[in-house]
Order: sequence, then C-alpha cells, then structure tokens
Amino acid sequence: MNVGVRSRGARIRSAVFGYANMMPFLAFALFPFYYMVITSLKKDAELYSLKSVPFLIQTGVITDHYRYLFFKTEFLTWVKNSLIISVTATSVSLVIAILAGYSLARLRFRGVGAFGTAVFITYLVPPTLLFLPLSQVVVWLGISDTIWALIVTYPTFLVPFSTWLLMGYFRTIPREVEECALVDGASRMQTLVRIVLPMAVPGIVCVTLFGFTLTWNEFTYALTFVSQTANKTAVVGVTADLIRGDIYYWGSLMAGAVVASLPIVVIYVWFLDYYVSGLTAGAVKG
Amino acid sequence: MAVSQRALEATGLPRLGRLARVREWWEQEHVFGYSLIVPALALLVGLVAYPFGMAIYFSLSDYWVGSPGEFVGLQNFRDIVGNEMFQQTVYNSFVFSIIAVVFKTVLGVWLAMLLFRDFRFKRLIRGAVLLPWVIPTALSVLAWGWMFDSLYSVVNWTAIHLGLINPPGPNWLGMTSYAMTAVIAVNVWRGLPFFAIIVLAGLVSIPREYYEAAEVDGAGSWGRFRNVTLPLLKPVLAVVILFSTIFTFSDFNIVQVLTRGGPVNTTHLFATLAYQIGLTGGNLGQGAAVSLFLFPMLAAIVFIQLRYIRRE
Repeated sequence: MNVGVRSRGARIRSAVFGYANMMPFLAFALFPFYYMVITSLKKDAELYSLKSVPFLIQTGVITDHYRYLFFKTEFLTWVKNSLIISVTATSVSLVIAILAGYSLARLRFRGVGAFGTAVFITYLVPPTLLFLPLSQVVVWLGISDTIWALIVTYPTFLVPFSTWLLMGYFRTIPREVEECALVDGASRMQTLVRIVLPMAVPGIVCVTLFGFTLTWNEFTYALTFVSQTANKTAVVGVTADLIRGDIYYWGSLMAGAVVASLPIVVIYVWFLDYYVSGLTAGAVKG
Repeated sequence: MAVSQRALEATGLPRLGRLARVREWWEQEHVFGYSLIVPALALLVGLVAYPFGMAIYFSLSDYWVGSPGEFVGLQNFRDIVGNEMFQQTVYNSFVFSIIAVVFKTVLGVWLAMLLFRDFRFKRLIRGAVLLPWVIPTALSVLAWGWMFDSLYSVVNWTAIHLGLINPPGPNWLGMTSYAMTAVIAVNVWRGLPFFAIIVLAGLVSIPREYYEAAEVDGAGSWGRFRNVTLPLLKPVLAVVILFSTIFTFSDFNIVQVLTRGGPVNTTHLFATLAYQIGLTGGNLGQGAAVSLFLFPMLAAIVFIQLRYIRRE
C-alpha cells in the first residue's frame, strides 16, 4: 500500500512478523514429508528405540528399506500398473472432456444448459457415494480385479471435472476466430482441432496434470475394485500390502510412500503454476 | 440455414452425394453439438446415474455380495438407524466435518492473508504450502499414522520434551478420547492448502482502492479486515466451504488408513462404515443404505450452489 509513508523500521517489523507467522504453517505442511524421508533412511534399531531423537538420523543412513521395496516386493509392478491406469484414464477422459466441454461452452442447442448443470452436479458427487454399486458393475463387466476396473471407472470423476475446467478455458477464446475459420470453409471439426485446441493449450495441460494426479492418488476405488496383489496401484499396494500380518514395517512403508509420491512431486514442481490456476478455476468459476 | 449453405459451398460440388449430405447434416450446430456430448453423456448415464439407481435398489433389497436378494422395502434403513454403530457414525460425521471445516476456514483465511503479502521466495513458499494437497493422501496419511504411533510417536516425543505432557503421552489412534482429534488434525492438514490458495485468489481480486479508502477513513488493520476483506471474500468463502463440506463429510482415505473407524467405532464416517458393512461384511444392501445418507447433504449443497452461487 502506501509504502513511502511507513518508516523503515515498521516495514522490517512487519516483514519479520510475516515470516514468523508463516513458520508454523510451513512446518505443519512440510514436517510429515520430512519425517517420511528420514524414516525411510534409518536403521530399524534406531527407529524402534525410545532413546533416539526422532528428528535426526543418528546411527547412519541406510538404503536397506529401499532395496527391500524394490527387490523383495511387487512395488515395481504396482508403479507400472499405476502408470498404465493413469495415462490411459487421463487420455480417454481428456478426449471426451474436450468434445463435451467445447460443445457446452460454445455451441447453441436445446438442453445445453441442463447438460452443463448435470456435469456440474456429477463433478460434486463424491466417489464414496457410488463405490458399492460400481464394485458390482465391474463384476458384471467382467473386469473386476483387473486394472481395467480402474481405467473404466476413473473417467466417472475425471470427465465431469475436466469438462467443467475446459468449459472455462473455451469460453475465453474469442468467438470471432472460430467464425472466421468457418467462413473460410473449414468444417466444425477442423475448427475445433486446428483453431480452438491450440488456443486452449494451457487448459489442456492443466486438465492433463490434474487428471494424472487425481488418478495416481486415487484410493477408494483402487482399494475396493482390485484385491489381487499383482494388479494393485502404487498407492494401494504400499498402503495395504506392505503391512505383513498386523505388523507395520515403517522403514519400508515410508520408503514406498516416498517413491510412490515422487512422480507427483516432480510433475508438481515443474508445473506449479498450472496446479494453482487449475485449483482456483475448478472451484471458483462455478 | 446459413451453416448448410456454407457447407454446400465448401464441398464445391454442384450436386450433393450421400457423403456430402451426411457432412452437411453433421455441420448443423445442434447436430454437431449433440454428437460431441454423446460420449460424455453415455459415460455419465452408464457409470454415474445408473450406479446411483443401483445404490437405491441395493438399499431396498437384501443384497449380499454374490447373491442378489429380494426386495425388502425400508428394512435396511430401519436396521441401521436402530444400530448403535450407525448412530455413533452420524455423530462422528457431524463432529468431524464441522470442526474440520471451521479450522480449515479460519486457518485458511489466516494463511492466505500471510501469503498475500509481498515477501521473498513467494513462489517457493506457496508451492510448499500446497504440497499436502497434491501428494497422494493415503501415503501422507500413512506417515501421519507413524507420527501417531502408539510407542514411538514423534508428536508425543516433541510434546514430552517441550514439557507439555507427561510421558508416555496419549495413544492417539488407539484411545477413544484422542482418535477423533488425530483424524481431524490430519484432515485439516490435508485440506488447508485448498482453502488458502482459493482464498488467496479471492484476496488478489479485491481492488486496492477499497483498502486505501478505508485507510483514509481511519480504519486500522482489523477494521480493514472486518469491513473490506471479509465482506468481499464472502462469495469465494461460500464456494470453498460448500466444496470442502462435501468432501470432508464423504471422506474415506484418512479414516480408512489411520484407524479404520476404530477404536470402538469412534472415528467411523459414512464412507468407512459403508465399506465395512458392504464390502468387508458383504452386506451390500445395508452398505448402500449407509452410503446413501451422504446424499441429502450432497443434494442440499448442490441446491445452494445452483440456486445462490452460480447465479452471481
């Protein structure tokens, strides 16, 4: 605001106050991840000792938990499953959502408003409302207990979300550009693919990122529809299958959590601004 | 029919073949519009609307995994409403949702105000704050499970060494009086970034002139917050609170990973109870009846959203 009026001292005090207030929030947000990483690198003897300081690694860094994870469990299979599921479900949903989003944002026909509302409503339906009947649907489709159960059901939350987000992006493209293309003799499909899509690239990137993140992180359906170890996703595999009997092996569990989070962290760091804008657009443009 | 005219010219043919006629038909705005939404419509009808209908059918029948049962009317609902575990779940769900959403709102506005200031490493800090929302919840909650371990809890270790509690400290996930606190804390941890980032976007959109005018009128920082920030944030806050209420009320991951509803059902929510009855127990009818209790809340929020918020 009117910075010139305030004294130097007041500004410094305000900055110190700001950082000091931010600290607890940052510590709260980041500590679990820090703890995840150091736990995965500690010796069991140190992990399960009441005398050690839990914040530090005092008796040396080890990679045994990671080695166990990679060579003694099906972790790599789970990661592969997750990749296949996330990439397929996201791509399919993206295509469906581009078509529907463009139609709902741009074209005029009867029922367009009602369908837009229907998309919005399904966007708000929590997965936990439908997981019981869907578990029977995948049985009837004969894909229960396979990765297809997830590839088929993930679009149920991805398509409404992506359509909703893309509608917002399509609306920001000036109509004149499309009309010019149509007057010049392009078909409607050509206009969509060659003119509109290149202008909606930020929206498409955003939807792809969110789609990948949401499917990679999904837990309810992945836990419910797949019980065979070899077909599990990374998140469910680590959460459910690394616990042997009733015993939690925290070192390897945390190693699994670190590695299974890594793809998301990398994408997130790379595309931070898209996450922020997508999050804001998805919720507020309602 | 400007469109078909155009298509006709575009084909450049004096007489229309069958293919050209199909193309002309497809170029009409409403035909093209409908055909683009067909895949999405098929998906939403087949895998959202139809399962929803099935959920209602399940809830009215004696349906077990592997053996479709007969119609029993409202028997399932009568059974669960009379069930103590279900009554506990209703209570838990409201306690969990209300407390968590209040904390997320208050802390979220506070955090957003902090993030709104000009400071160094702005992007880095915003990125860090959003992290809990991006990382797979089930995995970060697993880390929380270890932090709340019955013997080696780092939370207790810290509190004991700061002199806040006496050793050995509470068994967070194993004692009925603490488990709900732990579960709510994790939900707040995971949902706070969502609030902060969206409220931040709301703050950015408030014109600076309003603050300057308030300052000229002699308003202090609290006065500016009360009379400028808060009223102008109201629409954004309403949206975030409604959104978050749906997803907090229907939460599954946090409770399933941390406590599975225990100890003694004190942290069961509708989703985890539905999972336990419908899938672990195999009683799909009753499980569906439990999960349908999420529906009134959802319907109310959708109604408010459509009626009041999207209008603006």
